[in-house]
Amino acid sequence: MTAPATPVARPTGRVNASVKPPIRLKPSRVWTIARTELKQLIEARDFWMPMMILGGIFFLVIPTILLFAITSIGNIHAVHQISQAVQLLPAKARAAVRGKSEQGQTAYALAVFLLAPVAVVVPLTISTAVGASTIVGERERGTGEFLAHSPASVHEIYLGKLIASVVPGYVTTIVGFGLYSLIVNTLVGPEVGGWFFPTTQWWVLMLWVVPPFVLLTLSVVLRLSARVKSTAAAQQASGLVTLPLIMIAYGEATGAVYGGNWVGIAVGAVVWFLALLGLWRGMKAVTRGRLLGVADGI
Amino acid sequence: MTLAPTSDPAPAPPDGTVAPVVDLRGVSRRFGTVDALLDLDLSVPSGTITVLLGPNGAGKTTATRIITGALEPHHGEVRVFGLDPATHGEEVRRRCGVVSAKPALYDRLTGHANLAYSAELYGLGRGPGVDERIHAAATRFGIEHALDQQVGGFSTGMKTRLALARSVLHDPQLLLFDEPTSGLDPESSHAVLEMIKSMAGGGVTVIMCTHLLLEAEGLAQQVVVLEGGTDLVAGAPRELTRRFWPASVVRLDAEDRSQLARVVGMPGVRDAETVGDGLKELAGMVGDGIDAPLGSGPVDVQLEDPDGVADLVEALVRSGVRLTRVEPRIPTLEDLYFAVRRSRAQSHTVLADDGGRQLTPTSNGAGS
Repeated sequence: MTAPATPVARPTGRVNASVKPPIRLKPSRVWTIARTELKQLIEARDFWMPMMILGGIFFLVIPTILLFAITSIGNIHAVHQISQAVQLLPAKARAAVRGKSEQGQTAYALAVFLLAPVAVVVPLTISTAVGASTIVGERERGTGEFLAHSPASVHEIYLGKLIASVVPGYVTTIVGFGLYSLIVNTLVGPEVGGWFFPTTQWWVLMLWVVPPFVLLTLSVVLRLSARVKSTAAAQQASGLVTLPLIMIAYGEATGAVYGGNWVGIAVGAVVWFLALLGLWRGMKAVTRGRLLGVADGI
Repeated sequence: MTLAPTSDPAPAPPDGTVAPVVDLRGVSRRFGTVDALLDLDLSVPSGTITVLLGPNGAGKTTATRIITGALEPHHGEVRVFGLDPATHGEEVRRRCGVVSAKPALYDRLTGHANLAYSAELYGLGRGPGVDERIHAAATRFGIEHALDQQVGGFSTGMKTRLALARSVLHDPQLLLFDEPTSGLDPESSHAVLEMIKSMAGGGVTVIMCTHLLLEAEGLAQQVVVLEGGTDLVAGAPRELTRRFWPASVVRLDAEDRSQLARVVGMPGVRDAETVGDGLKELAGMVGDGIDAPLGSGPVDVQLEDPDGVADLVEALVRSGVRLTRVEPRIPTLEDLYFAVRRSRAQSHTVLADDGGRQLTPTSNGAGS
């Protein structure tokens, strides 16, 4: 509108070119963002302590008490009730139950079908909690302004946040599952003829099915985190996306997905595809405008 | 470290003109139904301090965000270092240092970790060399003693100093400060402004947004007054002052202020106006086109002849005015700011009266 005081050269081209720069990802920058996010999580004791307690209850406390009660104390009433529940499993699952005594079979079924699936919810709960606040949190704290003005691309920011959300949940799960396996094998192993857990299906589930489920869930959670107005809203909304994993856990608990290794591999492949698709689409949800909190619709 | 453009800069102008570091032409940005920027022109020469002045909501912050490419304009052209931030955002941002109105620091991290994070994002990497750099930047802003503390425990002043240290860590060529003294005590504000001045002295281009006129006084080499997302006027303070007050100005006060109205029509008097009450002006009196009547306060009189003060005083005394103050004045940035806004308000009034004809520059030289 006004004439500048100093003679200047005119710009030589249009700014609003429709051609967008190609996606460039610097792994070092992605890792810097993820590492800094994780560093903040570690400092946030009030955040991770409840998560640790949750993991401890699911992986250690409940299994120890229940399995110890069945194998060592021989609580006949409990054994009888759980063995009735085992009868509800599909024939193929029932056939896989090991153990010479009713106590052993009950403990095996409890460890493989009834307790372990519940623990699958842990990575989802932790990763969802981290992911829900990760982008909207930047906006709430005002630090989104720093990231928006930084040289980091929105794709690098997105992937950094994704890694920072996956790592706490999945690491907790792997560590917790290792401890759970130790407890299960120690308490139930002697009843079923030695160490048996994790079973092949559970290796497939933990290494092939759970990771894409976590990623798929986070692809939705991060999108929500980029779009909503507050962390609380993101956490409320992201509760919905844990439903699929609860379904998987329920399927495992009832033996519905106990169709051999190929079922798990096939399910995993489908979920990996969906997860990668979700991540690709989710990447577009993070914009500098959303980091600043000025994008239309926020 | 000085970063050079890495790709596809605009070619140097062939006619020998100096390419500005920042050049915005007709830039508009809308949020919902609100025009945050509307047809904004801004040209920032290299190595200068440009102050964007304006009330809250004038578009100052949006302008800085457009410059770094953090936001894209809906209309208009943007060039920063001759590059288009929409397509060369990384290169542009790597050469910019930004301090936003809120310090935008990570409270759970230490001061050192905050700076180290920035260093890595701006491509400085890690290691002892970077640690030395972090310490040097922190020392420059007097915050080195707190580098090992969590930022959550910092005072507002400490946070601002750390944010300033972070902004210069990677030796940017363009610094953008959005109300950098917000929340600081006068002593800290003064220190920060001195630091900004010293940085510009080192050849760095600075753009500072503020609504505090005193801050800009003596700092700005170029002032851009924004309102409603558009630039009302731009130029060097002295040049703008000459444009608005081409003649010398003398401030008069009298025992009976109503008698000051007699200056109108006296020989050698070009114009006279009651000294504005800043609070009233901000409250919208001027915006409504209401000028305080002569005689309701001290009067600034523009003279055709710089040496005409004695004649004016003599004429007033002869007419029975008992003067209590005669003060030759150099208009301040505050005077300029309110003059620009007053001019804008008057132009709007003319526009409304004429049923929507184009705005024209007013008698005192303000552009639209």
